[in-house]
This record gives sequence, structure tokens and C-alpha cells, in this order.
Amino acid sequence: MSSLRFEAPETVEDAVRLLADADGEAMPLAGGTDLLVQLRTDFVRPGLIVDLKRIPALMDVTVNGDDIRVGAAVSGATLGKNKAVTSAWPGVVEALELIGSTQIQGRASLGGNLCNGSPAADSVPALIAAGAVCEVAGPNGARSVPVEDVITGPGQLCLGPGEIVVSFVMPKPPPRSGDAYLRFIPRTEMDIAVVGAGVALTLDEAGVCTHARLGLGAVAPTPLLVEDGAKALIGTKVDDDALANLAAAASAACNPIDDKRGTIAYRVKVAGVLARRAALIALERARSNG
Amino acid sequence: MATAKQEIGNGNGSLKYVGTRPWRPDGVDKVTGRAKFGADLSLPGMLVGRVLRSPHAHARIRCIDASKARALPGVKAVVTRDEMPEVPSQWVPAGEVQVNYRDMSQNVMAREKALYDGHAVAAVAATTAAIAKQALDLIEVDYEVLPHVIDVREAMQADAPVLHDDMFTQGVEPTPETPSNVFKKVHFQSGDLDKGFAEADIVVERTFTTKPVHQGYIEPHAVVASAGEDGQCEVWCCTQGQFTVRAYCANLLGIDIGNIRVTPSEIGGGFGGKTVVYLEPVALRLSQLAGRPVKIVMSREEVFRASGPTSGGAMTIKMGATKDGKITAAKAWLAYQAGAFPGSPIQPGCMCVFAPYDIENAEVEGYDVVVNRPKVAAYRAPGAPISEFAAEGVVDEIAKKLGIDPAEFRLMNAAKEGTRALYGPKFGPVGCIETLEAARNSEHYSIPLGPNQGRGIATGFWFNIGGESCATINVNEDGTATVIEGNPDIGGSRASIQLQAAEALGIPPEKVRPLVADTDSIGYTFLTGGSRVTFATGMAAIDAAGKVVEQLRERAAKIWDIPVEAVEWEDGYAKPSGSNAGDFEPMSMAEIAAQAGKTGGPIAATASINAQGAGPGFGTHVCDVEVDRETGRVTVLRYTAVQDAGKAVHPSYVEGQIQGGAAQGIGWALNEEYIYDKDGRLENPGFLDYRMPVASDLPMIDAVIVEVPNPNHPYGVRGVGETPIVPPMAAVANAIENATGIRMTDLPMSPPRLLEALDNGGANGGS
Ligand SMILES: Cc1cc2nc3c(=O)[nH]c(=O)nc-3n(C[C@H](O)[C@H](O)[C@H](O)COP(=O)(O)OP(=O)(O)OC[C@H]3O[C@@H](n4cnc5c(N)ncnc54)[C@H](O)[C@@H]3O)c2cc1C
Repeated sequence: MSSLRFEAPETVEDAVRLLADADGEAMPLAGGTDLLVQLRTDFVRPGLIVDLKRIPALMDVTVNGDDIRVGAAVSGATLGKNKAVTSAWPGVVEALELIGSTQIQGRASLGGNLCNGSPAADSVPALIAAGAVCEVAGPNGARSVPVEDVITGPGQLCLGPGEIVVSFVMPKPPPRSGDAYLRFIPRTEMDIAVVGAGVALTLDEAGVCTHARLGLGAVAPTPLLVEDGAKALIGTKVDDDALANLAAAASAACNPIDDKRGTIAYRVKVAGVLARRAALIALERARSNG
Repeated sequence: MATAKQEIGNGNGSLKYVGTRPWRPDGVDKVTGRAKFGADLSLPGMLVGRVLRSPHAHARIRCIDASKARALPGVKAVVTRDEMPEVPSQWVPAGEVQVNYRDMSQNVMAREKALYDGHAVAAVAATTAAIAKQALDLIEVDYEVLPHVIDVREAMQADAPVLHDDMFTQGVEPTPETPSNVFKKVHFQSGDLDKGFAEADIVVERTFTTKPVHQGYIEPHAVVASAGEDGQCEVWCCTQGQFTVRAYCANLLGIDIGNIRVTPSEIGGGFGGKTVVYLEPVALRLSQLAGRPVKIVMSREEVFRASGPTSGGAMTIKMGATKDGKITAAKAWLAYQAGAFPGSPIQPGCMCVFAPYDIENAEVEGYDVVVNRPKVAAYRAPGAPISEFAAEGVVDEIAKKLGIDPAEFRLMNAAKEGTRALYGPKFGPVGCIETLEAARNSEHYSIPLGPNQGRGIATGFWFNIGGESCATINVNEDGTATVIEGNPDIGGSRASIQLQAAEALGIPPEKVRPLVADTDSIGYTFLTGGSRVTFATGMAAIDAAGKVVEQLRERAAKIWDIPVEAVEWEDGYAKPSGSNAGDFEPMSMAEIAAQAGKTGGPIAATASINAQGAGPGFGTHVCDVEVDRETGRVTVLRYTAVQDAGKAVHPSYVEGQIQGGAAQGIGWALNEEYIYDKDGRLENPGFLDYRMPVASDLPMIDAVIVEVPNPNHPYGVRGVGETPIVPPMAAVANAIENATGIRMTDLPMSPPRLLEALDNGGANGGS
């Protein structure tokens, strides 16, 4: 039997050093709701686990000027109670809160959800729509990476050895903005997204869309930022035609697989449906945020 | 049993405790975590057992080399086919189904071939779980991978890979000369089919399929086995039948039944799936070889890959009716997947398919077909939900085409007392009409529906069984009583036996403690299955109580020095009666018990019966759904399940059975299925992707109990555990049809399938 070392550093620097200097495989631990399951089923066999939950920068939520900063290891339960974030980016919070059950919510984090690398991770399309950027720390210093660039393939990240996500930075949305996330699962709970769609948009005073982002999950090897989705909405009043174009752009962006969770045809179609439905919720929110 | 009715009870003919809702005797332990389940037992010196399973759907096992595993420090025993006795083919009845000891032996440990992904090929016992696991990695199995077949209709083709080269279809004339995957043909017929179809104004014929579905019990299979140097064996396990486990272990390992004692643990669900053995004989063999107790607990993945689901089926139903709504003829062709060994519930499937209806001309043809999947095990009303799903779809379609309300159409043709079932017997008093009327008259049946919503109704039948049971009642010194019985409690049967014994003794249920005993502590009792326990074992308890009451009267007579005939038993008291009435103060059970030593010794009695006359069960369900036309998602909005319980001994647990059956049936209807890859490997062996409904998927299931007493039980009891899983698949399909105009003929009616059907605007693919 191989041994397993556990460390719980209190600074980002110590965490990075421990991870970078490890001999065998070293893995960061946030809530552990993915990692512990994978350990138990032998899917991963690390020699070192570095708990990130004692590092203040990963556990804080702060608002600085125009930026909202959410620590990568903040749990769903904690974020759900944060008024600043829930009013600014309700779609992101809802996406995180969709994960698992009450028990899982006490632990599951945005950082863990992203860094698990699943194309179906629920919070990721919402973060992409929100334009969130990761603050990454590593042995070669700090860098910023847009969320849509982090996952490079199923279970694969652009992070190098010793690099961790410290926090997510999202802009404070201007007036008349709204976001939303919807996922499709055959059940109501405890399932993995067959399709996920996050939409964020901003209207001008005339109700014309000036900014929009569409993120999709579970329809390609990585979560997607769909630029054509934004184009379909910007400059429109988000009317039926614009929504149909958005749905078409979403479907066109899909590059899914046939698997036990859904067929290609199904995912392509439902991606369009969910993008449209999410946009309608975002629109409603933007209109009431005047 | 004849004694029960007249002589006992509370004297005035009405029931005092039966029909009430006290706390269940096992309830507190279960909600506090104190209850001891299969995996909870640990013994000194106990080893950890693990099973190595085939990764192939079909493969010849050329050679198994376990030498490296045996050499690993900490490994105390290894079992492969070479360590298991070779068992000859022998069919024995097992309640609703038949089992073959040779097949069972080869299912618990593969012999020449591995026949499904997950088939056990070796097992080890080691001092730690980690060593056991390492040992499995060291066992080298040389497989010759063979072509496999998963689908039932493909398995019936002449060019299909054959699983067993000694299988020549039974029940066809002449017996085929070439082996095939069709084990047997079943056939029932009555009346004149041609005449019946000629009389019909409308004939509907449709083909349906269902997928194998797992019972989904929360507790995985678990066992501790200990074989002593003197040959005495002990087994502790979660099972629906300790006597069955004892017989199976004895037969598979060549041990005298008297040398095995099996103690059932508390059970975390069974639904029929724990009526067979997987781990028990293997653990016992490992223990024999290691000389130490061995514990094996399945993972959820093993439960899915290697323990029994129920069959999937392919069915064609043809039915004719007159314009005014009389069904004149019905024909069914049914093929059920048995898994890797014969023994699907095709027989009960054929028996039940048209049972809710009085049809003069009918024919049913059924096939039991082996495929490279785990061997099926019983699952609530085994076989019936599959065939009745198909039949109820056609019944609904005919009603619609005739413009008759589907409940009315069913009522016009409903089976009743005196109706002869296709499989032979004439029904006694049955509640088919009563459940249909209750459903039709329910508020639910007439509330208006919104857009994209639909309502479906379906009726289901299950025959229920009786069988062998024992019960012992011991009267304690303080007048409390213990009822000892032999049926693991999967559905609240301790409560129902407690209540029946209390009723018969005339004392409150909290004074009667029920206990499920091991095989040495109670006489032979057939397993918990066939909805038999409240009926049959309940009757044994009533009989035992009758004998106890007899003794109590004798003791009182002795104390009072009057003839026993002059003592009557009422409400837990002996009372002088007749010419002695009023001579003495009534004497309580406690007072008589306190003096038992002086009046003849302990008061106790045992009854052993073979209960006949189980009352068949009918149920009618009404389901409302809403269909999301853009995603194919079906939401069950409202659900009412009506069932004839004969007499609901503990109404809450009858309602629980009805709700549980409906919930499982809705899962079967909408999302549950095994997904195999092209190599025949199961892709979804876990609850994440084997999608049983979660609580938030379902509305409150409104359970409605109808009581048409079974004349063969003193209190009128019928079994209730199985019937409720029969109607849901058709109720949901009929509701979807009502909402969308599309008849889904293939289960599960999952979002991708329904969306495809909606987009094609017609019947779903495959039919
Ligand atoms: C019952 C159950 C239900 C679930 N339901 C859902 C669901 O509905 N939707 C969904 O998307 N997911 C679901 N999940 C998966 C999981 O809960 C989420 O992905 C969760 O967000 C993971 O967060 P965590 O903090 O627990 O991550 P962890 O398990 O701690 O970590 C996950 C991975 O990310 C790495 N990691 C963690 N933090 C960092 C960091 N800051 N920097 C770099 N790498 C890091 C870890 O090394 C690990 O590889 C479910 C899990 C369970 C057990």
C-alpha cells in the first residue's frame, strides 16, 4: 500500500511550494466532493493532498471598486448567503447551488468545480457568461486566466505543476444587467448536466442589448464560450427572432458525444432550448435591474 | 387454520387492533441507526473477502492461475471453480419461480464460461481489505472472448451466439435438434381466438419493449460466514429468506442442512432481489478453507453488474373489441430476458397479462430467453409489470378509438368473482371493479388538466402466494408476549404480525414483541416474497395465538376449579361464563402468566401451516403528467394509487407499500435502464447514471385502500406488496399519450426517446 500525505498550509505561497516540490502526484483539496469520491474509487492515487481551506485568500469574498472577488474554495452554502454576489450574479450563485445536496453544498466550491475539469460542471458556463477571470498562483508567480480557457479537455487543465486557482474575479455588472443558468437533467436532483447553458446580458435604456455572453456545458469536450450567441443578442431587443438566433448559435456550437447521458441529436437540440430559456430569465432580471 | 376464525379475536367480531396505526416495532432502531444491517456484524479473527469478476460479457475461461495471489502474505484462502463442488442440474420450486442448483452454482462462481460482465470468477479472503484487493489483481484469468448477445430479440435469432450448448427449447414439438438461447416456451389458451377476433369491430395490435430494471435496494448484499472445524457452519446475511440461503448453501457446497445456521440481519430493502444467493456460498467456502470467519460486502457497482435485475421484455399484444366495448379476443406474444441462465418470470408474466379482464377467447405464448446479462432475480410481482404494461397500453388505445372513457371501458370488461383466469382458476371475491370504481370516482380523475398535461389510468393484477410458515408465541411472566417468526421484514411485516397476534390474544400490540429468528430458532418458513408474509405468517401467528388462548383458558379453569368450557377469553381476560358467569373476577393474561409455574409450566405454542387461498390483488392507478415538448421531459404532477388490501392490518404500511411500488414503477417508466457498450460492458453501474427517481422527482402518491376481504384469512388479509408496481408504467404511458397523442411503446420513456418521438410526430423508435 502506498502512503498518502496530508498538508493544510495557511498561505498561498506554502501551498504552491508543497504542490510544486512534491515527488509523486500532488493534488489540491477544496471541498473534496469530487476528490474524495475519486480517491475512494481509485480514480486518482495522489501521494500528497494539500488542503486549501485554511488559506484566507481562497475562503474570502470581497468587493473592491468594480470587481467582485470570490475565493476559489468558498462553499456553495457560504456564497449563497452573500448578498453582494447573489444580487450581482444570481445565475452564478444558482449554478453553484445546483450542485449536489445540502450536505454537498456545505463543501462544494467554484474552484473545485472548475478544476475537476468536467465539461459538465454546472458553475462553469455561468462563470463564463459572467466573464469571470481566474487569479492563478504558481511557482512562477501569479497570472490571470479567463474561465473559458482553464479546461482544455475532459479532466485536463491549462494549469502547470504547483499552480492553483486562488480566486475568481467578476466585474460588478452595470445597471440593466442580468444572468441566469439552466441545466437539463432527466431527474430533478443528484444528476449530471446533460446540457448546461449560462447567459449574461446588459440592456441600454431603450432595452437594446449592449453586452451578452453565452456559456455552454456538457456539449463538447470542454465548456464553451459561444461568441455567436452574444452576436445573436447584441443590438437586438432580445425578441423572438434574436432568441431563435441565439438558440441556433448554441446548437451550432455543440460538438457533443453520444453517451449514457444523452445522444448527440438530443444535446444539440436541448442546448438551443436552454440557451433561449436562460436568456429569457436573464432578460427578465436585466429589466428589473433598471 | 379453521380454529382461528371462530374461537379467537376479541369476542365481539369487530377488530380492535387490526386496522390501527401504532409505531412499527423496528422503527426507532432504524431512524436512530441502531438497526444492525448485513455489513454491521464483525467477528474476532474475521477475514475480508473480495470477488474477482469477469470484464467480458461472454468468454471461455481457459485457465485461472491464482498462485501469486495465494502466495501473497495475508491471503488465507482463494476460491475458483476448482474449489467449488460441481453441482448437477436440478430444478426446484422456489415460490413464484423455479431455480436450478447447477445454474445457481455456476452463477456464484463461473465454471467453463463467464456469461456476463460482472460474473464471479474467483474470490479471496485476506486479513485486510487492501491485501484482498491486491490479491485480486494477482489472479491471472486467461479468457477466450466470445461473441455476445444482450438484446432479447437478437438472442432468439438463429445466428445469435449461443450461451449454453446444451439448451434445447422446452415446450415445443418436436424438441429442436440444435441448441439455442430459448430455454422454454409457455402457452396458455382459452376459447376460440379466431371466433373472438371475427366478432370484433376493432382490432389493435402493437409491439412493446421494456428494459431490465434493478430492484435498487439501498443495502448492498453482505454476508459473514463461519465454518467450524466440526463442520458446523454459521451464516449472517441480509436476505429475504434465511431458510432459502441455508438450503442453497447446503446444496451448492454439499453440507447437511442441519449443519448450517443462517441468521438474517435487518434488511435494507430487497423487493425480490434478496431471494437468491451470490456471496453466501462463496464466503462459506472461503471460511471452510481459511478456518476463519469471512465477510464479503458488495459495492454498489457489484450490485449492478452482478445481482439480479428483472427481465426486459419484447411483447406483441393483439386485442379485439366490439363497438359497444366488449373485449372479444386477446393474444399476447412475450419474450423475456432471463439473463445468463434460464428462469425469467415468463410464466407469471403470461399468467397475469390479461388477468384484470374477463376475456373469453385468449391465447398467450411466452419465451424464456438467455442473454449475456446478469441472471434475473425476482422483483415485485415478477413478470407481471412487463406484460401488463403492454396489455394496458392496448386496452387504453381501444378505449380511445371507441370513444369510451378508459375507466369505464375497463369496468365493462373487469374480472370479478367467478371469472376464470386464463391460467386456470376461477377468481373468488376480488377487488378489480372496486379499485376501478374508486379511481373513477376519485376527485383526481375529474380535475381539469392544463396545456401539455395528460391523464392516464391503468389496472394491474398479481396473484399473491401463501405457503409454509411457522410462528411461536411465548407468554412472558408478566403477561407480555413474544412472537417468533421466520420472515425477514422487508415491508412492515413485523408490525402486521404483531397486530394480528395482538388481536388474536386480545392484548395491546405494544405488549407483543415480534422477532425474526434464525433457522435454528423457528421452524421452516418460506422466504419473504409473493406478498405472502402478512397473509401466511400472520395466519400462523393467529393460529399460535389461538393455541395460547386455549392454554390460558385451561390455566384459568384450573385456578378457578371450573371446566375449561366455562372459561371464555375476551379482550385479554379470562372470564367465567355460562353457569359460572360472575363467579370470579376476570383474570388478565399477566395474572395467569404469573402463576404459570404452578398451573403447568410456561405458556407457549407454535403453529406450522401451509397457507392456501392467498387472495389475488388488483390495483388501479391514475397518473397526471406534464410533457415539456422541447426537451421531452415528463413531470409527474399527481398520482393516485388504489389497491384492494383485503384488510389493511396496518394501513400506514399498506400505504407505504402502495407508494413504494408506484415510485419504483414511475422510475421504470421514465428513466431506469441498463446501458451496455458494444462489448457488453455495463456503463452505468451506479445510482448517478442508473436513474431511479429521487424524492423531489415525485409528487405525493395518494394511496387509496379498498377492502374486499379474502375469505381465506381470519381478518380478510390479501398480500399488498407487489401489485402496486404493476400499473405505473402503463399509467404513465397512457398519460403521455393523453398529453401528446403519441403512444410510447418502448421503456424507458426517457427525455431523448420522447423528444425523438415528439419530433417525428409518431410512435417512438423501435416499435
Ligand atoms: C453527491 C454529489 C453530487 C454532485 N452534484 C453535482 C452537480 O450537480 N453538478 C456539478 O457540477 N457537480 C456535482 N458534483 C461534483 C462536485 O461536488 C463539484 O464539482 C464541486 O464543485 C467540487 O468542488 P470541491 O470544492 O468539493 O472540489 P474538490 O473535490 O476539493 O476538488 C476537485 C478537483 O479540483 C482540484 N482543485 C480544487 N480546488 C482547486 C484550486 N483552487 N486550484 C486548483 N485545483 C483545485 C482538486 O485537486 C480536484 O482535482 C457532485 C458531487 C457529489 C458527491
